[in-house]
Amino acid sequence: MSFANALRCRECKREYPLDPIYVCDFCFGPLEVAYDYDAMREAVSRDSIERGPLSVWRYADLLPCDADLAVDIQAGYTPLLKADRLGTELGLRNLYIKNDCTNPTWSFKDRVVTVAATKAREFGFKTLACASTGNLANSVAAHAARAGLDSFVFIPSDLEQGKIVASSIYDVTLVSINGNYDEVNRLCSELAGKYPWAFVNVNMRPYYAEGSKTLAYEVAEQLGWRAPDHCVVPMASGSLYVKIWKGFQELAKLHLIDGVQTKMSGVQAQGCSPIVTAWEAGTNAIRPVRPSTIAKSLAIGNPADGYYALGVMAETCGACLAVSDAEVIQGMKLLARTEGIFAETAGGVTIAGLKRMAESGHIRPDEVTVVFITGAGLKTVEAVIDELEPPLTVEPTMASFEEALGERAIGERNDVAAQEARSA
Amino acid sequence: MAIHRVKFTFKQELITLPIIYDLGKQFNVITNVRRADVTEDRGWVVLELEGDMEEIERGLDWVAAKGVRVDPVQGDVLEG
Repeated sequence: MSFANALRCRECKREYPLDPIYVCDFCFGPLEVAYDYDAMREAVSRDSIERGPLSVWRYADLLPCDADLAVDIQAGYTPLLKADRLGTELGLRNLYIKNDCTNPTWSFKDRVVTVAATKAREFGFKTLACASTGNLANSVAAHAARAGLDSFVFIPSDLEQGKIVASSIYDVTLVSINGNYDEVNRLCSELAGKYPWAFVNVNMRPYYAEGSKTLAYEVAEQLGWRAPDHCVVPMASGSLYVKIWKGFQELAKLHLIDGVQTKMSGVQAQGCSPIVTAWEAGTNAIRPVRPSTIAKSLAIGNPADGYYALGVMAETCGACLAVSDAEVIQGMKLLARTEGIFAETAGGVTIAGLKRMAESGHIRPDEVTVVFITGAGLKTVEAVIDELEPPLTVEPTMASFEEALGERAIGERNDVAAQEARSA
Repeated sequence: MAIHRVKFTFKQELITLPIIYDLGKQFNVITNVRRADVTEDRGWVVLELEGDMEEIERGLDWVAAKGVRVDPVQGDVLEG
Protein backbone atom coordinates (compact mmCIF):
# COMPACT_ATOMS: atom_id res chain seq x y z
CA MET A 1 0.00 0.00 0.00
CA SER A 2 1.02 3.59 -0.44
CA PHE A 3 1.97 5.70 2.57
CA ALA A 4 1.69 9.00 0.70
CA ASN A 5 -0.47 11.30 2.80
CA ALA A 6 -0.26 14.78 1.21
CA LEU A 7 1.29 17.04 -1.36
CA ARG A 8 3.60 19.56 0.32
CA CYS A 9 4.97 22.83 -1.07
CA ARG A 10 8.75 22.65 -1.31
CA GLU A 11 8.94 26.35 -0.46
CA CYS A 12 6.32 27.32 2.13
CA LYS A 13 5.55 23.72 3.30
CA ARG A 14 1.76 24.15 3.01
CA GLU A 15 -0.01 20.83 2.51
CA TYR A 16 -2.64 19.85 -0.06
CA PRO A 17 -4.66 16.70 -0.73
CA LEU A 18 -3.26 14.11 -3.14
CA ASP A 19 -4.87 15.61 -6.25
CA PRO A 20 -3.61 16.19 -9.81
CA ILE A 21 -2.08 19.56 -8.90
CA TYR A 22 1.52 20.70 -8.98
CA VAL A 23 1.83 24.31 -7.79
CA CYS A 24 1.17 25.77 -4.35
CA ASP A 25 -1.80 28.14 -4.53
CA PHE A 26 -0.25 30.42 -1.94
CA CYS A 27 3.35 30.95 -3.06
CA PHE A 28 3.33 29.15 -6.43
CA GLY A 29 6.14 26.88 -5.24
CA PRO A 30 6.38 23.31 -6.57
CA LEU A 31 4.53 20.53 -4.77
CA GLU A 32 6.11 17.26 -3.66
CA VAL A 33 4.62 14.05 -2.28
CA ALA A 34 4.84 13.69 1.51
CA TYR A 35 4.70 10.29 3.25
CA ASP A 36 3.96 8.86 6.65
CA TYR A 37 7.43 7.43 7.22
CA ASP A 38 6.61 6.04 10.68
CA ALA A 39 3.88 3.84 9.25
CA MET A 40 6.04 2.98 6.26
CA ARG A 41 8.87 1.88 8.56
CA GLU A 42 6.52 -0.59 10.28
CA ALA A 43 5.49 -2.15 6.95
CA VAL A 44 8.70 -2.21 4.90
CA SER A 45 11.75 -4.38 5.38
CA ARG A 46 14.59 -5.65 3.20
CA ASP A 47 12.79 -9.01 3.11
CA SER A 48 9.48 -7.54 2.01
CA ILE A 49 11.22 -5.69 -0.82
CA GLU A 50 13.28 -8.69 -1.89
CA ARG A 51 10.11 -10.76 -2.18
CA GLY A 52 8.64 -8.24 -4.64
CA PRO A 53 8.62 -8.31 -8.44
CA LEU A 54 11.80 -7.59 -10.40
CA SER A 55 10.66 -4.08 -11.36
CA VAL A 56 10.20 -0.68 -9.75
CA TRP A 57 7.04 -2.10 -8.18
CA ARG A 58 9.09 -4.05 -5.63
CA TYR A 59 9.32 -0.60 -3.96
CA ALA A 60 5.58 0.07 -4.23
CA ASP A 61 5.30 0.88 -0.52
CA LEU A 62 7.71 3.80 -1.06
CA LEU A 63 5.79 5.21 -4.03
CA PRO A 64 2.68 7.42 -4.14
CA CYS A 65 0.25 5.03 -5.82
CA ASP A 66 -1.48 1.71 -5.53
CA ALA A 67 0.57 -1.16 -6.99
CA ASP A 68 -2.60 -3.17 -7.68
CA LEU A 69 -3.52 -0.61 -10.36
CA ALA A 70 0.00 -0.37 -11.77
CA VAL A 71 0.42 0.41 -15.45
CA ASP A 72 3.36 -1.91 -15.67
CA ILE A 73 5.61 -2.78 -18.61
CA GLN A 74 8.37 -3.97 -16.27
CA ALA A 75 10.29 -0.76 -15.75
CA GLY A 76 13.31 -0.88 -13.52
CA TYR A 77 15.43 -3.44 -11.72
CA THR A 78 18.06 -2.78 -14.35
CA PRO A 79 21.62 -4.12 -14.09
CA LEU A 80 24.26 -2.61 -11.83
CA LEU A 81 27.51 -3.67 -13.47
CA LYS A 82 30.98 -3.57 -11.94
CA ALA A 83 32.89 -1.66 -14.59
CA ASP A 84 36.43 -2.95 -14.24
CA ARG A 85 37.68 -2.14 -17.73
CA LEU A 86 36.36 1.43 -17.71
CA GLY A 87 37.52 1.75 -14.11
CA THR A 88 41.03 0.68 -15.06
CA GLU A 89 41.19 3.31 -17.82
CA LEU A 90 40.03 5.99 -15.40
CA GLY A 91 41.98 4.81 -12.35
CA LEU A 92 38.83 3.92 -10.38
CA ARG A 93 38.88 0.60 -8.56
CA ASN A 94 35.24 0.43 -7.46
CA LEU A 95 33.28 1.79 -10.40
CA TYR A 96 29.75 0.61 -11.14
CA ILE A 97 27.41 1.42 -14.02
CA LYS A 98 23.67 1.60 -13.42
CA ASN A 99 22.52 0.66 -16.88
CA ASP A 100 19.02 2.03 -17.51
CA CYS A 101 19.32 1.38 -21.24
CA THR A 102 17.65 -1.95 -20.53
CA ASN A 103 14.28 -0.48 -19.56
CA PRO A 104 11.30 -1.38 -21.79
CA THR A 105 11.57 1.80 -23.88
CA TRP A 106 15.34 1.99 -23.38
CA SER A 107 15.56 4.88 -20.93
CA PHE A 108 15.05 5.70 -17.26
CA LYS A 109 11.83 7.50 -18.20
CA ASP A 110 9.95 4.23 -17.80
CA ARG A 111 10.47 4.56 -14.04
CA VAL A 112 8.73 7.91 -13.80
CA VAL A 113 6.05 7.19 -16.38
CA THR A 114 4.94 3.92 -14.82
CA VAL A 115 4.25 5.88 -11.61
CA ALA A 116 2.60 8.82 -13.40
CA ALA A 117 0.47 6.58 -15.63
CA THR A 118 -0.67 4.56 -12.64
CA LYS A 119 -1.62 7.69 -10.77
CA ALA A 120 -3.36 9.10 -13.87
CA ARG A 121 -5.48 5.98 -14.13
CA GLU A 122 -6.23 6.20 -10.40
CA PHE A 123 -7.46 9.78 -10.93
CA GLY A 124 -9.67 8.63 -13.82
CA PHE A 125 -7.88 10.42 -16.67
CA LYS A 126 -8.53 9.03 -20.15
CA THR A 127 -5.59 10.68 -21.89
CA LEU A 128 -1.88 10.63 -21.09
CA ALA A 129 0.28 13.44 -22.48
CA CYS A 130 3.71 15.01 -22.16
CA ALA A 131 6.20 17.54 -23.45
CA SER A 132 9.31 15.64 -24.39
CA THR A 133 12.79 15.68 -25.84
CA GLY A 134 12.15 12.12 -26.99
CA ASN A 135 12.75 9.57 -24.26
CA LEU A 136 9.69 10.59 -22.30
CA ALA A 137 7.58 10.54 -25.47
CA ASN A 138 8.56 6.90 -26.08
CA SER A 139 7.67 5.90 -22.57
CA VAL A 140 4.38 7.81 -22.37
CA ALA A 141 3.25 6.32 -25.68
CA ALA A 142 4.13 2.79 -24.54
CA HIS A 143 2.50 3.08 -21.10
CA ALA A 144 -0.63 4.67 -22.58
CA ALA A 145 -0.90 1.74 -24.99
CA ARG A 146 -0.51 -0.72 -22.12
CA ALA A 147 -3.19 1.06 -20.09
CA GLY A 148 -5.56 1.54 -23.03
CA LEU A 149 -5.40 5.33 -22.67
CA ASP A 150 -5.29 7.88 -25.49
CA SER A 151 -1.96 9.67 -25.74
CA PHE A 152 -0.58 12.95 -27.04
CA VAL A 153 3.10 13.77 -27.02
CA PHE A 154 4.62 17.11 -27.94
CA ILE A 155 8.19 17.24 -29.21
CA PRO A 156 10.57 19.78 -30.76
CA SER A 157 10.75 19.30 -34.53
CA ASP A 158 14.54 18.73 -34.58
CA LEU A 159 14.39 15.44 -32.68
CA GLU A 160 16.41 12.36 -33.63
CA GLN A 161 14.61 9.98 -36.02
CA GLY A 162 14.99 7.02 -33.67
CA LYS A 163 13.05 8.75 -30.93
CA ILE A 164 10.24 9.73 -33.31
CA VAL A 165 9.82 6.19 -34.62
CA ALA A 166 9.97 4.75 -31.10
CA SER A 167 6.94 6.86 -30.18
CA SER A 168 4.91 6.60 -33.39
CA ILE A 169 4.83 2.82 -33.29
CA TYR A 170 2.54 2.91 -30.24
CA ASP A 171 -0.22 4.72 -32.16
CA VAL A 172 0.27 7.94 -30.25
CA THR A 173 -0.77 11.38 -31.54
CA LEU A 174 2.67 12.90 -32.03
CA VAL A 175 2.80 16.69 -32.30
CA SER A 176 6.06 18.08 -33.69
CA ILE A 177 6.50 21.75 -32.80
CA ASN A 178 8.65 24.26 -34.63
CA GLY A 179 10.49 25.41 -31.54
CA ASN A 180 12.94 24.27 -28.88
CA TYR A 181 12.04 22.22 -25.84
CA ASP A 182 11.42 25.28 -23.66
CA GLU A 183 8.83 26.45 -26.18
CA VAL A 184 7.24 23.00 -26.33
CA ASN A 185 7.06 23.05 -22.55
CA ARG A 186 5.48 26.47 -22.51
CA LEU A 187 2.74 25.35 -24.90
CA CYS A 188 2.10 22.22 -22.84
CA SER A 189 1.70 24.28 -19.68
CA GLU A 190 -1.08 26.19 -21.46
CA LEU A 191 -2.66 23.01 -22.83
CA ALA A 192 -2.62 21.40 -19.38
CA GLY A 193 -4.82 24.25 -18.17
CA LYS A 194 -7.34 23.74 -20.96
CA TYR A 195 -7.58 20.01 -21.70
CA PRO A 196 -8.56 17.35 -19.15
CA TRP A 197 -5.43 15.32 -19.79
CA ALA A 198 -2.81 13.86 -17.48
CA PHE A 199 0.35 15.64 -18.60
CA VAL A 200 2.85 13.41 -16.84
CA ASN A 201 5.42 16.17 -16.39
CA VAL A 202 3.02 19.04 -15.77
CA ASN A 203 -0.06 18.29 -13.65
CA MET A 204 1.13 14.76 -12.71
CA ARG A 205 4.57 16.03 -11.95
CA PRO A 206 4.74 15.51 -8.15
CA TYR A 207 3.93 11.80 -8.65
CA TYR A 208 5.97 11.37 -11.81
CA ALA A 209 9.14 12.67 -10.20
CA GLU A 210 8.90 10.11 -7.40
CA GLY A 211 9.63 7.30 -9.88
CA SER A 212 13.25 8.45 -10.13
CA LYS A 213 13.84 7.49 -6.50
CA THR A 214 13.75 3.84 -7.54
CA LEU A 215 17.20 4.28 -9.09
CA ALA A 216 18.60 4.93 -5.62
CA TYR A 217 16.63 2.07 -4.07
CA GLU A 218 17.93 -0.38 -6.66
CA VAL A 219 21.52 0.77 -6.45
CA ALA A 220 21.49 0.44 -2.66
CA GLU A 221 19.89 -3.01 -2.80
CA GLN A 222 22.24 -4.21 -5.55
CA LEU A 223 25.26 -3.03 -3.56
CA GLY A 224 24.10 -5.21 -0.65
CA TRP A 225 21.97 -2.59 1.10
CA ARG A 226 24.38 0.30 1.27
CA ALA A 227 24.62 3.71 -0.38
CA PRO A 228 27.60 4.29 -2.68
CA ASP A 229 30.37 6.74 -1.77
CA HIS A 230 29.89 8.78 -4.92
CA CYS A 231 27.22 9.13 -7.62
CA VAL A 232 27.72 10.78 -11.01
CA VAL A 233 24.40 11.77 -12.56
CA PRO A 234 23.46 13.58 -15.79
CA MET A 235 21.54 16.78 -15.12
CA ALA A 236 18.82 18.36 -17.25
CA SER A 237 16.15 19.83 -14.97
CA GLY A 238 18.08 18.47 -11.98
CA SER A 239 15.10 16.38 -10.86
CA LEU A 240 16.71 12.97 -11.39
CA TYR A 241 19.78 14.09 -9.45
CA VAL A 242 17.70 15.39 -6.52
CA LYS A 243 15.42 12.34 -6.42
CA ILE A 244 18.32 9.88 -6.35
CA TRP A 245 19.55 11.71 -3.28
CA LYS A 246 16.07 11.65 -1.78
CA GLY A 247 15.88 7.89 -2.41
CA PHE A 248 19.03 7.21 -0.39
CA GLN A 249 17.80 9.49 2.39
CA GLU A 250 14.51 7.62 2.57
CA LEU A 251 16.19 4.22 2.80
CA ALA A 252 18.22 5.51 5.74
CA LYS A 253 15.09 6.97 7.34
CA LEU A 254 13.45 3.54 7.05
CA HIS A 255 16.55 1.88 8.58
CA LEU A 256 17.04 -0.18 5.41
CA ILE A 257 20.60 1.15 5.04
CA ASP A 258 22.99 2.81 7.47
CA GLY A 259 23.66 6.53 7.17
CA VAL A 260 24.25 8.13 3.79
CA GLN A 261 27.60 9.78 3.09
CA THR A 262 27.21 9.77 -0.66
CA LYS A 263 28.75 12.63 -2.62
CA MET A 264 26.36 13.66 -5.38
CA SER A 265 28.09 14.96 -8.51
CA GLY A 266 26.39 16.06 -11.73
CA VAL A 267 27.30 16.64 -15.34
CA GLN A 268 25.77 18.82 -18.05
CA ALA A 269 26.59 19.48 -21.70
CA GLN A 270 28.36 22.80 -22.31
CA GLY A 271 25.66 23.83 -24.75
CA CYS A 272 23.11 23.74 -21.95
CA SER A 273 24.67 24.05 -18.52
CA PRO A 274 22.75 26.57 -16.40
CA ILE A 275 23.20 24.53 -13.21
CA VAL A 276 26.97 24.27 -13.70
CA THR A 277 27.19 27.99 -14.47
CA ALA A 278 25.40 28.84 -11.21
CA TRP A 279 27.56 26.38 -9.24
CA GLU A 280 30.78 27.86 -10.62
CA ALA A 281 29.55 31.40 -9.91
CA GLY A 282 28.78 30.41 -6.32
CA THR A 283 25.14 31.43 -6.60
CA ASN A 284 21.93 29.45 -6.29
CA ALA A 285 20.20 31.61 -8.90
CA ILE A 286 19.82 29.80 -12.21
CA ARG A 287 20.05 31.94 -15.35
CA PRO A 288 17.99 30.28 -18.11
CA VAL A 289 19.86 29.57 -21.36
CA ARG A 290 18.93 28.70 -24.93
CA PRO A 291 20.14 25.10 -25.42
CA SER A 292 22.53 24.12 -28.18
CA THR A 293 23.98 20.63 -27.75
CA ILE A 294 23.86 17.18 -29.33
CA ALA A 295 22.72 15.88 -25.92
CA LYS A 296 19.11 16.74 -26.66
CA SER A 297 17.65 14.74 -23.78
CA LEU A 298 19.55 17.07 -21.43
CA ALA A 299 18.71 20.26 -23.33
CA ILE A 300 16.61 22.01 -20.70
CA GLY A 301 17.41 25.70 -20.60
CA ASN A 302 15.37 26.61 -17.54
CA PRO A 303 15.86 23.74 -15.10
CA ALA A 304 12.95 23.48 -12.69
CA ASP A 305 14.97 21.65 -10.03
CA GLY A 306 18.27 23.46 -10.58
CA TYR A 307 17.96 25.37 -7.32
CA TYR A 308 17.36 22.16 -5.36
CA ALA A 309 20.17 20.34 -7.17
CA LEU A 310 22.62 23.07 -6.12
CA GLY A 311 21.49 22.57 -2.52
CA VAL A 312 22.13 18.80 -2.63
CA MET A 313 25.50 19.37 -4.29
CA ALA A 314 26.65 21.71 -1.54
CA GLU A 315 25.26 19.50 1.23
CA THR A 316 26.99 16.34 -0.03
CA CYS A 317 30.37 17.86 -1.03
CA GLY A 318 29.61 16.95 -4.63
CA ALA A 319 30.52 18.96 -7.69
CA CYS A 320 29.44 19.47 -11.26
CA LEU A 321 31.00 20.30 -14.58
CA ALA A 322 30.06 20.75 -18.23
CA VAL A 323 31.54 18.82 -21.15
CA SER A 324 31.81 19.70 -24.84
CA ASP A 325 29.94 17.87 -27.61
CA ALA A 326 33.28 16.40 -28.75
CA GLU A 327 33.81 14.98 -25.26
CA VAL A 328 30.25 13.58 -25.35
CA ILE A 329 31.09 11.55 -28.46
CA GLN A 330 34.35 10.38 -26.91
CA GLY A 331 32.45 9.42 -23.76
CA MET A 332 29.97 7.33 -25.74
CA LYS A 333 32.81 5.57 -27.55
CA LEU A 334 34.78 5.01 -24.35
CA LEU A 335 31.80 3.38 -22.62
CA ALA A 336 31.05 1.19 -25.63
CA ARG A 337 34.69 0.18 -26.12
CA THR A 338 35.36 -0.72 -22.51
CA GLU A 339 32.06 -2.07 -21.19
CA GLY A 340 29.96 -3.03 -24.22
CA ILE A 341 27.24 -0.49 -23.48
CA PHE A 342 25.95 1.75 -26.25
CA ALA A 343 24.50 4.76 -24.46
CA GLU A 344 22.73 7.75 -25.93
CA THR A 345 24.36 11.17 -25.88
CA ALA A 346 23.33 11.79 -22.26
CA GLY A 347 25.44 8.74 -21.35
CA GLY A 348 28.34 10.30 -23.24
CA VAL A 349 27.91 13.44 -21.14
CA THR A 350 28.01 11.42 -17.93
CA ILE A 351 31.03 9.32 -18.89
CA ALA A 352 32.94 12.40 -20.09
CA GLY A 353 32.18 14.09 -16.78
CA LEU A 354 33.19 10.98 -14.83
CA LYS A 355 36.50 10.92 -16.71
CA ARG A 356 37.27 14.52 -15.85
CA MET A 357 36.29 14.07 -12.21
CA ALA A 358 38.54 11.01 -11.96
CA GLU A 359 41.45 12.87 -13.59
CA SER A 360 41.07 15.86 -11.29
CA GLY A 361 40.97 13.66 -8.18
CA HIS A 362 37.45 14.76 -7.26
CA ILE A 363 36.55 11.06 -7.32
CA ARG A 364 39.05 9.09 -5.26
CA PRO A 365 40.28 5.75 -6.71
CA ASP A 366 38.81 3.59 -3.94
CA GLU A 367 35.42 5.25 -3.66
CA VAL A 368 32.45 3.05 -4.52
CA THR A 369 31.27 5.16 -7.43
CA VAL A 370 28.06 4.67 -9.41
CA VAL A 371 27.63 6.35 -12.78
CA PHE A 372 24.07 6.52 -14.15
CA ILE A 373 23.52 5.68 -17.82
CA THR A 374 19.98 6.80 -18.52
CA GLY A 375 19.23 5.93 -22.15
CA ALA A 376 20.27 3.67 -25.04
CA GLY A 377 22.40 4.72 -28.00
CA LEU A 378 20.18 3.50 -30.81
CA LYS A 379 17.98 6.51 -30.10
CA THR A 380 20.71 8.97 -31.03
CA VAL A 381 22.57 7.23 -33.82
CA GLU A 382 22.86 10.52 -35.75
CA ALA A 383 25.20 11.90 -33.10
CA VAL A 384 27.93 9.32 -33.69
CA ILE A 385 27.36 7.91 -37.15
CA ASP A 386 30.03 10.09 -38.77
CA GLU A 387 32.53 9.49 -35.97
CA LEU A 388 32.83 5.74 -36.36
CA GLU A 389 35.12 3.55 -38.43
CA PRO A 390 33.29 2.56 -41.64
CA PRO A 391 32.91 -1.19 -42.29
CA LEU A 392 35.54 -3.09 -44.26
CA THR A 393 33.97 -3.63 -47.69
CA VAL A 394 35.47 -6.67 -49.43
CA GLU A 395 34.84 -9.17 -52.17
CA PRO A 396 33.79 -12.63 -50.96
CA THR A 397 37.37 -13.95 -51.17
CA MET A 398 40.11 -14.58 -48.62
CA ALA A 399 42.54 -12.44 -50.60
CA SER A 400 40.23 -9.44 -50.68
CA PHE A 401 39.54 -9.73 -46.95
CA GLU A 402 43.21 -9.98 -46.01
CA GLU A 403 44.13 -7.12 -48.31
CA ALA A 404 41.51 -4.88 -46.70
CA LEU A 405 42.59 -6.00 -43.23
CA GLY A 406 46.18 -5.20 -44.06
CA GLU A 407 45.26 -1.73 -45.34
CA ARG A 408 43.35 -0.99 -42.18
CA ALA A 409 46.25 -2.21 -40.01
CA ILE A 410 48.62 0.06 -41.94
CA GLY A 411 46.16 2.92 -41.55
CA GLU A 412 45.93 2.35 -37.82
CA ARG A 413 49.73 2.20 -37.46
CA ASN A 414 50.00 5.49 -39.38
CA ASP A 415 47.37 7.05 -37.10
CA VAL A 416 49.33 5.99 -34.01
CA ALA A 417 52.60 7.29 -35.48
CA ALA A 418 50.98 10.61 -36.37
CA GLN A 419 49.55 10.90 -32.87
CA GLU A 420 52.96 10.13 -31.30
CA ALA A 421 54.63 12.71 -33.56
CA ARG A 422 52.07 15.32 -32.46
CA SER A 423 52.62 14.45 -28.80
CA ALA A 424 56.39 14.73 -29.20
CA MET B 1 -11.39 38.10 -16.24
CA ALA B 2 -8.48 35.68 -16.50
CA ILE B 3 -5.75 34.80 -14.05
CA HIS B 4 -2.29 33.96 -15.30
CA ARG B 5 0.74 32.84 -13.28
CA VAL B 6 4.19 33.65 -14.60
CA LYS B 7 7.82 33.89 -13.63
CA PHE B 8 9.92 36.88 -14.70
CA THR B 9 13.70 36.51 -14.79
CA PHE B 10 15.65 39.80 -14.88
CA LYS B 11 19.14 40.40 -16.21
CA GLN B 12 21.43 42.69 -14.23
CA GLU B 13 20.73 45.75 -16.38
CA LEU B 14 16.98 45.37 -15.83
CA ILE B 15 17.07 44.94 -12.04
CA THR B 16 16.59 48.61 -11.24
CA LEU B 17 13.76 49.25 -13.70
CA PRO B 18 10.18 49.40 -12.33
CA ILE B 19 8.91 46.93 -14.91
CA ILE B 20 6.18 45.32 -12.78
CA TYR B 21 4.90 48.77 -11.76
CA ASP B 22 4.85 49.86 -15.41
CA LEU B 23 3.09 46.65 -16.42
CA GLY B 24 0.25 47.51 -14.05
CA LYS B 25 0.17 51.18 -15.11
CA GLN B 26 0.39 50.75 -18.88
CA PHE B 27 -1.93 47.77 -19.15
CA ASN B 28 -5.17 47.03 -17.39
CA VAL B 29 -3.59 44.18 -15.41
CA ILE B 30 -3.47 43.59 -11.66
CA THR B 31 -0.02 42.35 -10.59
CA ASN B 32 0.30 40.24 -7.45
CA VAL B 33 3.83 39.14 -6.46
CA ARG B 34 3.92 35.82 -4.58
CA ARG B 35 7.59 34.92 -4.39
CA ALA B 36 10.80 36.61 -5.44
CA ASP B 37 14.56 36.62 -5.13
CA VAL B 38 16.29 39.78 -6.27
CA THR B 39 19.90 40.81 -5.67
CA GLU B 40 22.04 43.56 -7.16
CA ASP B 41 23.00 41.50 -10.21
CA ARG B 42 19.98 39.34 -11.04
CA GLY B 43 16.49 38.44 -9.94
CA TRP B 44 13.33 36.48 -10.47
CA VAL B 45 9.77 37.19 -9.48
CA VAL B 46 6.83 34.79 -9.47
CA LEU B 47 3.56 36.63 -9.78
CA GLU B 48 -0.12 36.37 -10.64
CA LEU B 49 -1.65 38.60 -13.29
CA GLU B 50 -5.36 39.29 -13.41
CA GLY B 51 -7.24 40.95 -16.25
CA ASP B 52 -8.60 40.27 -19.72
CA MET B 53 -6.50 37.54 -21.33
CA GLU B 54 -5.81 39.73 -24.34
CA GLU B 55 -4.61 42.53 -22.12
CA ILE B 56 -2.42 40.13 -20.11
CA GLU B 57 -0.90 38.81 -23.33
CA ARG B 58 -0.23 42.34 -24.59
CA GLY B 59 1.39 43.14 -21.27
CA LEU B 60 3.56 40.03 -21.33
CA ASP B 61 4.68 40.80 -24.87
CA TRP B 62 5.71 44.26 -23.64
CA VAL B 63 7.60 42.76 -20.68
CA ALA B 64 9.38 40.26 -22.95
CA ALA B 65 10.28 43.06 -25.38
CA LYS B 66 12.00 44.84 -22.47
CA GLY B 67 14.37 41.83 -22.25
CA VAL B 68 12.75 40.07 -19.31
CA ARG B 69 12.44 36.30 -19.68
CA VAL B 70 8.83 35.19 -19.17
CA ASP B 71 8.17 31.56 -18.24
CA PRO B 72 5.30 29.46 -16.96
CA VAL B 73 5.34 29.56 -13.19
CA GLN B 74 6.68 26.07 -12.65
CA GLY B 75 9.85 26.58 -14.68
CA ASP B 76 10.58 23.95 -17.25
CA VAL B 77 8.86 20.66 -17.00
CA LEU B 78 11.16 17.91 -15.88
CA GLU B 79 13.64 16.14 -18.12
CA GLY B 80 11.80 14.99 -21.20
